[in-house]
Amino acid sequence: MITEEILAKYDMTIGIECHVQLATNTKLFSGADNDARDKAPNSVVSPIDYGLPGMLPVLNRKAVDLAIKAGKALNSQIARVSRFDRKHYFYPDLPKGYQTTQMYQPIIEAGVVHAPLDDGSVVDVRVHHAHLEEDAGKLTHFGDSSLVDLNRAGTPLIEIVSEPDIHSPAAAKAYATELYRLMTYAGVTHGDLYHGNMRFDVNISIAPKGATELGKRAEVKNLNSFKSVERAAEYEFRRQVELIENDGRVVQETRGWDDAKQKTTSQRSKEDAQDYRYMPDADIPPIVLTDEEITRIQADMPRLPGEWRQLLGQLGLDFLQIETLLDAENEYRGRVNILQMIESVIEDPKKAKFVAIWNVNNFVPMLRSDETLAASRIDFLAIELAIYDLIAADKISSTNAKTLFRELITQTSLPDVEQYATDKGYIQMSDASAVVAIVDQVLADPRSAVAIQELKNGNDKVIGYLIGQVMKSSSGQANPALAQKIIRERILN
Amino acid sequence: MTISEVQEQIKASSARAVVEASIAKAKQNAEYNALLSLTEERALERADAVDAGKITGKLAGVPFVVKDNFLAFGAPTTAASKMLAGFDAPLQATAVEKLEAEGAICIGKSNLDAFAHGGSTENSAYGPTKNAYDKTRVSGGSSGGSAVITALDIVPFTLGSDTGGSIRQPASFNGVVGIKPTYGTVSRYGVVAMASSTDTIGSITSNVADAETVMSIMAGRDDRDMTTLPDFFEVPQFVKPGQKIGLIKEFMTDGVDIEVRTKINEYADSLRAKGHTVEEVSLPMLEYSLAIYYIIVPAEISSNLARYDGIHYGYRAEGAKTLAELYGRSRNDGFMTENKRRIMIGSYVLSSGYFDAYYLKAQKARTLLIKQFNDLFAQYDLLIGPVAPTTAFRLGDNTSDPIKMYLEDVMTVPASLAGLPAISVPAGVSQTDMPIGVQLIGPARSDAKLLALARSLETK
Repeated sequence: MITEEILAKYDMTIGIECHVQLATNTKLFSGADNDARDKAPNSVVSPIDYGLPGMLPVLNRKAVDLAIKAGKALNSQIARVSRFDRKHYFYPDLPKGYQTTQMYQPIIEAGVVHAPLDDGSVVDVRVHHAHLEEDAGKLTHFGDSSLVDLNRAGTPLIEIVSEPDIHSPAAAKAYATELYRLMTYAGVTHGDLYHGNMRFDVNISIAPKGATELGKRAEVKNLNSFKSVERAAEYEFRRQVELIENDGRVVQETRGWDDAKQKTTSQRSKEDAQDYRYMPDADIPPIVLTDEEITRIQADMPRLPGEWRQLLGQLGLDFLQIETLLDAENEYRGRVNILQMIESVIEDPKKAKFVAIWNVNNFVPMLRSDETLAASRIDFLAIELAIYDLIAADKISSTNAKTLFRELITQTSLPDVEQYATDKGYIQMSDASAVVAIVDQVLADPRSAVAIQELKNGNDKVIGYLIGQVMKSSSGQANPALAQKIIRERILN
Repeated sequence: MTISEVQEQIKASSARAVVEASIAKAKQNAEYNALLSLTEERALERADAVDAGKITGKLAGVPFVVKDNFLAFGAPTTAASKMLAGFDAPLQATAVEKLEAEGAICIGKSNLDAFAHGGSTENSAYGPTKNAYDKTRVSGGSSGGSAVITALDIVPFTLGSDTGGSIRQPASFNGVVGIKPTYGTVSRYGVVAMASSTDTIGSITSNVADAETVMSIMAGRDDRDMTTLPDFFEVPQFVKPGQKIGLIKEFMTDGVDIEVRTKINEYADSLRAKGHTVEEVSLPMLEYSLAIYYIIVPAEISSNLARYDGIHYGYRAEGAKTLAELYGRSRNDGFMTENKRRIMIGSYVLSSGYFDAYYLKAQKARTLLIKQFNDLFAQYDLLIGPVAPTTAFRLGDNTSDPIKMYLEDVMTVPASLAGLPAISVPAGVSQTDMPIGVQLIGPARSDAKLLALARSLETK
């Protein structure tokens, strides 16, 4: 039995390799459609992807641009000269007999990812490098035969290789999640996890606490969710501790993740490891980049998660509010531009903060409870700004503001907001004489007598009852703050 | 037979008559085994279209033949291998497309060493091609079929590929003009790859002017081949006297036939007679060029031939029980011995633990070789020497000794490794009437100048 005490005697060390599918229109070396989703097998394959005799790769410049953007997101330098190499092995999903990748001179140099954990602390994971490469096709096995689909063959990927800087399943998950955010914010990938747009290989080894040498590592391949990254790390840690505790030893091997059983299973050991016979690819000239090019491409990027955290923090949002916005941005990207709404008014910090908080407290929860909302073409920001003006002018209560927003976002076209609010009776009475009249009327009502007496006796809570009566008499239009002020003046002075 | 003579014939008769005559002549010369296939039907259709004025261009109606490692319509592209037997190309090589766009008519595909691995066309899965001057001798290779077809006057020009001498050496053996241009001059798109860093496309013609015509059409940047250069192929009418020419000392040793050396010296004299200077120069790195070549090129071959695995197209062995057996048997049966030898050497030098010692070291030596060429070209306009150490040898003489066969390439591989333009032009015949070629090597992009100079010395 492996107890928590036994587990506590060991440290785990994790390094992660992440494959990111690039959001290009065409493949890395051919003009074939890069979107293989829901396509008939072998329908988006060019003679180049098919590896016909005499075919030559033509590098997709868009993929290079996206790698340059990914480099910025990873806080990496971009190599001024990088090259492609061939990695050889025989498998039916690899029609050329080699994968074109960057072994010796990758385009993205060392970097670092600052990944926030759920408790608000941050783990820094260094990136060793990241390189461009092409994906392979897909095999489907039927009994004793196998079918090859090359739709995905030649799809551009960048592989991000981390240093072994991760020491807990939670940190592994945090790193994977942050990579996802970085790559989606940078526009590098569509981030469709269901279709394998980001895949993680988790290398994990254990060692007794304080040991200087790492144990043999197992690599769990092809994880496609943040949760499975965390679970696989947890499972492997326990499995390896158990092996050691029972006088066994960990063998260097590749393992797979069984999502149904929530466990890893052995796939192949190091003894079967291939010799890939890497060599430079003479068909593709080196990628040579100038400082100006890199600067120009990186200047044309939206804000990255790190910048948003800083900016929203300066506006006064707390960790959870910020993470809510960052997640919502990804959840609704391409439909509702949650952060762009804030960006549009960033010059006015008060407005920006209002929009940010409004999105956290009202808009995002509404989006989540009503799936159809995200498809609306209405100008959400215009509504929020109109409400901002009404609140700033003290013309609407927070309750009414929320109701007004909920109603407006389901409209098909945007009405004059103040007129609409007036017609609906959401505008509050801030004309003192009108409120005075209603207050006097409420105070004169015999049913208020008890409350008035209690208030005079120092039970401040009952003022809520009186304000409620004023709101009721005014059909909710009285400014409650104003009403309270007048009630106090009338009774306590 | 020259292009202009054929154009006169087309004017006098018709494109169809000319193409029919070429096809008939090809059939009459079947014993040379120079052609693997005829594209008769398509060729005649195109000839009729020329005669009807539907196809026009600088080479309208002029027949030609391509080496069977070029993808072309009308016949299979086999690369003279069993592996690609019956492979019907879905598209054509850029070089073929460019010639067709000028109205030229491909009538067939010529024999080669399978996948262009060899220097005698004896490694063809379809039997060797015989020398145009002596049927008991080799045609040279690997573009042996193309050289013999040009030499037999079946068509005025043929295309070949040259990775380490595969155009120049058979041109020399058959008394015709062959050009290996600067690396990147002509698109490699649609040509079965051998060694990506030295593969070039060139022509084999009966005179220099025709090489100029054909190369000018094929040269230029191609969006489908990233290694192509912008078109620089402007042929000068004349080359000014006073060119400084280096005669490569290492190519004139006792290992080279005395008859060959004599013809090269005579060519040097005729250059001097035209007002140029010729002096002996030395490139010490040449000693290593064959060793460099037979590391780097097999490495690239092992990679480029990995795609022929019996899975997606081409030959597949029957009855394999496992995937490994399917690969093993398909590749064992589909490749010739020389293909397998080069794949083995290439795989070895790229293996983990050997890569640095062989491949990387060879690349460093290659860089030194290039530097020595560049240093020489700072002082000399061009270099000359023989193409091969001997005239065409007898069929079967070298087949049992691969090293001896590789030594035939010793004078052609240096320009290939350095990406330099090199041409082979006839320099006379031996006492037994076998042709001897002289090789002119120039700095990168001096192709047209080399041709112009060679043209000024042409005797016929």
